Formats: sequence, C-alpha cells, structure tokens
Amino acid sequence: MIATLAFYLFAGILLVSAAMVVSARNPVHAVLFLILSFFNAAALFLLAGAEFLAMILVIVYVGAVAVLFLFVVMMLDINFTQLREGFQRYLPVGATIGVVLLAELVIVFGGWRIAPGSDAHRFAPIDVAVENTRQIGNILYTDYILLFQASGLILLVAMIGAIVLTLRDRKTSLHQVVSKQVARMPADTLVMVDVIRGAGVPADHYLRPKVAPVAAPEAAHDSHGHGGHH
Amino acid sequence: MLPVPLGHYLTVSAILLVLGIFGIFLNRKNIIVILMSVELILLAVNLNLVAFSAALGDLAGQIMAMFVLTVAAAEASIGLAIVVVYFRNRGSIEVEDVNMMKG
Repeated sequence: MIATLAFYLFAGILLVSAAMVVSARNPVHAVLFLILSFFNAAALFLLAGAEFLAMILVIVYVGAVAVLFLFVVMMLDINFTQLREGFQRYLPVGATIGVVLLAELVIVFGGWRIAPGSDAHRFAPIDVAVENTRQIGNILYTDYILLFQASGLILLVAMIGAIVLTLRDRKTSLHQVVSKQVARMPADTLVMVDVIRGAGVPADHYLRPKVAPVAAPEAAHDSHGHGGHH
Repeated sequence: MLPVPLGHYLTVSAILLVLGIFGIFLNRKNIIVILMSVELILLAVNLNLVAFSAALGDLAGQIMAMFVLTVAAAEASIGLAIVVVYFRNRGSIEVEDVNMMKG
C-alpha cells in the first residue's frame, strides 16, 4: 500500500519535473529539474527492485551527466532569451505530434498482454533470495562479458573524442621543449669571470649570467624552460 | 514484484517519452535543452526495461538498461563537447546557425 502510494508520488514528481525541463525559461533551472527527475526515476527503479541500477542512475546521471550539463550551461555565455524565440510558434506542432504519438502508444499497447508461456523463456530469472547487485554481477561478468567490454570501449572512445574535440593549443601557453633543454650548453648563457688570485672566490661563484643584450631572448626562453613552466 | 500493475509503469514511461519528444520540438533553437530532452527519452527507455524486467522476473532487462545508461553518458559527453567547440567557433549555439557544411 505504501509502495503504491510512493509509486504515484514519485511518478507524479517525475512527470512534472520532466515537463519543467522542456519548458523552463532558464536553462539552469532546466538542468536542476532534470536532476530532480533523475532522482525520482531512481526511486521508481528502487520500487521495481532494481537497486543497483537506481544507485548507478544517481551516481552516473546526477553526479556526472547532469553536473556536466550544468558546467556547460554556466560556461557558455549565451543569450538564452534569444534562443527562446519561436517558442510559441513551435508549441502547436510539438503538442500535436506529442498527442498523436501518445495516442498511438495507447492504441498499440492498450490491449497488449504478456504471453502465458513466457516464463519458460526467461534468460536470467530473478532469484528473490539473492540480492540484486550480486545477481547482476553474476551474469554481467559471465554471460554479458563481451557487451560489458564493448561498453567500456564506447566510454573510452567517448572520452578520447571529448578530449580531442575540446583540447585547444593556446599560442600563449608555455611549453617545455625537452630537446632545447638537453642541447643547452652552459656557455650559451653563462660567462667565466676572472678571479683575482688571493682575493678568494666570491660568494656567488665565478659562473655569472651573461649581461650581453644579444643573449637576452635566449636567456629569457631558457629561464622559462628551467623554471618549471609547462 | 512490482508495487503497481505493469501498465502504470509503461504509462509513466510513455508520457516521459512524449515529453522528451515534445521538448525537442519546443526548444528547436537551444541545443542544450535538446540534449536534455534526449536524456529524458533514454530515461523513459530505461524505465520500460526495468519495469519489464521486474514484471517478467528476468534480469536481462536490467543489464540492458545499464548498457543504455553507458551509451547515454557517452552521447551526452560527446554532444556537450561538440556544443563547446561550436560555441568557440561561432559564439552561438543556435541550431539554425549550423549550416557551414551547407548540407
């Protein structure tokens, strides 16, 4: 009984917040409503017994994807009121298509039933005695290992793609050029100073930085290289 | 297994799907909201998979939902990276401005 009430509560909040996502005036609010709808979807998952998936949804979606959206919305300096032009113009056609699609879904799946003998064709029957996470682990790393690795590959490709797309080589940034550092000789920037016999070695040693103006750019560059700027 | 009949889960998921598609039409200029609508659609798919998994007592549906989650996360990251690069080049994210390839 409580579970049923909880279902309707979470489903209601989920649908309202999803409606707010698509109609919010401020995209930051839209992202926050998206986070709320993810939380409520996770609650629905919990009610259906998919505990591991619910936690994954909260961690991956709320913790990573929604925050990524939030970063991008805040990072880009966009005039969002300008982007909302034509909102009223697109409203009728969008609503029409939505209503038609919903009606089709109701018509197609309204009289739909699960076939009586379908229990015999279950691939991985749920055992209520074993907890959900253990069961998922048992079949994810055995029966679905190829798909699991393929999804890891997809994530790798996505990571490399995102880095390649957004990485930009600034001309003003200071790079470390290893070959220049290795090829650098002391005589390039330092000069030997004659020490007067019997006067002792000065405290700052007898290799002094060159003061010749011609060596200035070279010296400036090498000071970057050795200064730890990368 | 389910606290309510399967049909209620499917109804919620169908409404969520329609809201996502409605959002794509409504925010035709703002590509970030379009990406969020795609996330809503994929969430509806996941809700369907989990509901069927619980109703049929078959764990395979939850595994598939997990793979959908993976692909959705990859899609969001690539999509937002493209948005960032596009904004750097053009200074706007209007979908109608994306005509440099004249396709």
